[in-house]
Amino acid sequence: MATVDLKDVRKVYAGGVEAVKGVSIAIPDKALCVLVGPSGCGKSTLLRMIAGLETISSGEVSIDGKVVNTVGPTERDIAMVFQNYALYPHMKVYDNMAYGLRNRGTPKDEIDRRVRDTAKTLELAHLLDRRPRELSGGQRQRVAMGRAIVRNPKVFLFDEPLSNLDAKLRGQMRVEIKNLQRSLGVTSVYVTHDQLEAMTLADVLVVMNGGLVEQAGAPLDIYEKPASTFVASFIGAPPMNLIALAGNALPEGTKLVSPVPPSAATLGFRPEDVELADAAHDAADGMDLEAQVEAVEPVGAESFLYSATGGGRIVVRVPGRAIAQPGDRLRVLVPADKLHWFDQAGKRVG
Amino acid sequence: MSPRVVFPNKVLPYLLVAPQLAITLIFFYWPASQAVYQSTLREDPFGLNSKFVWFDNFKRVLSDPGYLNSLQVTAVFSVSTAFVSMAVALLLAVMADKVIKGRGLYRTLMIWPYAVAPAIAGMLWLFLFSPSIGSLAIGLRSLGIRWDPLLNGTDAMILVVSAAAWKQISYNFLFFVAGLQAIPKALIEAAAIDGARETKRFWTIIFPLLAPTTFFLLVVNTVYALFDTFGIIHAVTGGGPGRSTETLVYKVYSDGALNQLMGVSAAQSVILMVIVIALTAVQFRYVERKVHYG
Repeated sequence: MATVDLKDVRKVYAGGVEAVKGVSIAIPDKALCVLVGPSGCGKSTLLRMIAGLETISSGEVSIDGKVVNTVGPTERDIAMVFQNYALYPHMKVYDNMAYGLRNRGTPKDEIDRRVRDTAKTLELAHLLDRRPRELSGGQRQRVAMGRAIVRNPKVFLFDEPLSNLDAKLRGQMRVEIKNLQRSLGVTSVYVTHDQLEAMTLADVLVVMNGGLVEQAGAPLDIYEKPASTFVASFIGAPPMNLIALAGNALPEGTKLVSPVPPSAATLGFRPEDVELADAAHDAADGMDLEAQVEAVEPVGAESFLYSATGGGRIVVRVPGRAIAQPGDRLRVLVPADKLHWFDQAGKRVG
Repeated sequence: MSPRVVFPNKVLPYLLVAPQLAITLIFFYWPASQAVYQSTLREDPFGLNSKFVWFDNFKRVLSDPGYLNSLQVTAVFSVSTAFVSMAVALLLAVMADKVIKGRGLYRTLMIWPYAVAPAIAGMLWLFLFSPSIGSLAIGLRSLGIRWDPLLNGTDAMILVVSAAAWKQISYNFLFFVAGLQAIPKALIEAAAIDGARETKRFWTIIFPLLAPTTFFLLVVNTVYALFDTFGIIHAVTGGGPGRSTETLVYKVYSDGALNQLMGVSAAQSVILMVIVIALTAVQFRYVERKVHYG
C-alpha cells in the first residue's frame, strides 16, 4: 500500500557510463507499472535503484512519500522476484519463505501461519519440505513469488520473472501474477523486455530506450498513439509498418488521399489497420499502397502477409486463412484516422 | 553422472593409469608396508641384528607417557592451527571481496606467504618473537606481556601455531576467495531485501554456501597440521621446551632419527597413519553429510 515516485533519477557508473539519464515516473498506489524496453535501456538498473541495490547518482526515489535514496534495501520494506529466482539453495521451501519474516522478528506461530497460507494460495503446500534444486522451473518461480508475497511488503519488484519459463507456463503465470497483484493490491514495478507481457500486465506502461522514458501511460493508449517511431516499432507484434517519406515525395506505388502534415518524415500504420481492396475500389481517404506478397505466415486465427512495397517491406494482418499466395499483388488501403505521422527525429506529429 | 568412457582396447586403460599407480606404489605403499614390517621388529642400535617381536613396539609406544603427551600436543596444535588459519583466511577473503580498487594487487600480496618454505617461515617467526632479539617480542614486553617461548610451553605452542597457521592462510584464502565468488550475487541481494543485515547474511547465506570449500579446507588443513608442519616445529622449538610442542610427527623423527629406536618409531608412524585414515574417513562420513553442494 504505497506509491512509488521517481524524480529525475540518474545512474552514472564508475566508468562514466550513464545507464539511466533522468527518469521521472509516478506510480499510483496499488498499480502495476511495467518497465519495458530492449536490453541495455536501463530498465533493470532503474528497478535495482528502487530496490536499493544500486546507488542513485542523482534525483530522488520515494516510496510512500518518503525519499529513500540513502535507505538500504533491508529497510525499504520491498520484496523482489529475481530473474533466476535467487532461492536459497541450502534452505527448504518453507525456510526460503520464512527467512524474511524471521529476519524481521515475526513471532514463530505467525510465521508458520503466513507461510502455510501463502503456500496454499500458490499451490505450494506439498512442496514445503523440498529444496529448490528438487523443484521444476515453474515451481521455483512460484516459491520466489511466495517468498515475496508472504512478507506483505509495501512494494513488489519483478525483474523479468518469467523469462526462464517455457511459453505455455509463461502465459499461465502472467495471468496469475496479474490476479495476485490485483487481489493483494500491492504496488508493483515489473521489468520485462517482452512487449506482450508488458501490454497484458501493465496498469501503467513505461517504454524505455537508451536510459530515457520514451513514453508512459495506459498500454492501449500507447498502442494506439505511440509517441515515437521507437515505441511504434517496439510495442505490438508484428510491429507497426513504417514508411519513410523522402522529402515530401512518396515512394513508388503509393498514393495519399489525405494531406501530409508539414513536418512529417515517416508514416506508419498497424498491420491490422488495413483493408485489402480490389482494383475497382478506390480509397476515400488515407493511403493507397501497392504491394507484392513475399511470404505468408499462417498462425491459425490470423495470417501475416509479408509484402514488398516501393517504401520497403510491410506486414499485413488478415483474419483466418490467408487469401493470398507469395507472388500475388495486393492493393492495401489505410484509412486516414489509422495513419500515424512522425517527424525527422522520430517524434509523433499530430 | 558423467558419461563413462569406453575404451575399445583392453590394455590401453591400464597403460594410462600405470604411471600414477607406479608412483603410488613406489612412494606410498612400499614405504608404508616397510613401516608396518619394521614396526614388528626390534633392532640393535647399529642395525646389525633385528628380532621379530610381534606387537611389542606398539605396547611400548602406547604405554609411554611421552607418547600420550605427544598425542595431546598434536590434538591442540592441529585443531588450533586449522581453526586459526581457516578463520583468519575466511575473514581476509570476505574483506578482499569488498575491495574494489587494487583488488588484484591485494590478492597477489595475500598469496605470497604460501611460497615461503615451512622451515623459513618458522625461522621468520622465531626471530620476530625471540625473547632477546625479536622485534615483536620487544613490542609484547613493552605492552607488559610476559613472553618467553623458550621457557614457557604455552608461549611456544602459540608461536608454532601462529607460524604454521600463517603459512597456510594464503592457501585457504585462495580457496575462500574462489568460494565466495561462486556464490551468486543475487542470493546476497535477495537476503538483503529479505531484511538480513550484513552479519546475518554472512551466517545464514554465505557461510552455509561456503560449506563445500570449508569442508575441503578442513581436510587439507588437518593433514597439513599433522604432517607438513614438521619443518616449522623443527626450526622453531625442536619440540620443546620440555616436550610441550612435540607433535606425533616430530616424535617419530626424534625417536627414529635421533634416538635410533627404529621399531618404536615405525610403530608410531603406523599409528599415525591409522589416525589420519580414520580422521579423513570420519570427516567424509559425518561432516560431508551436512555440507550442501549447490
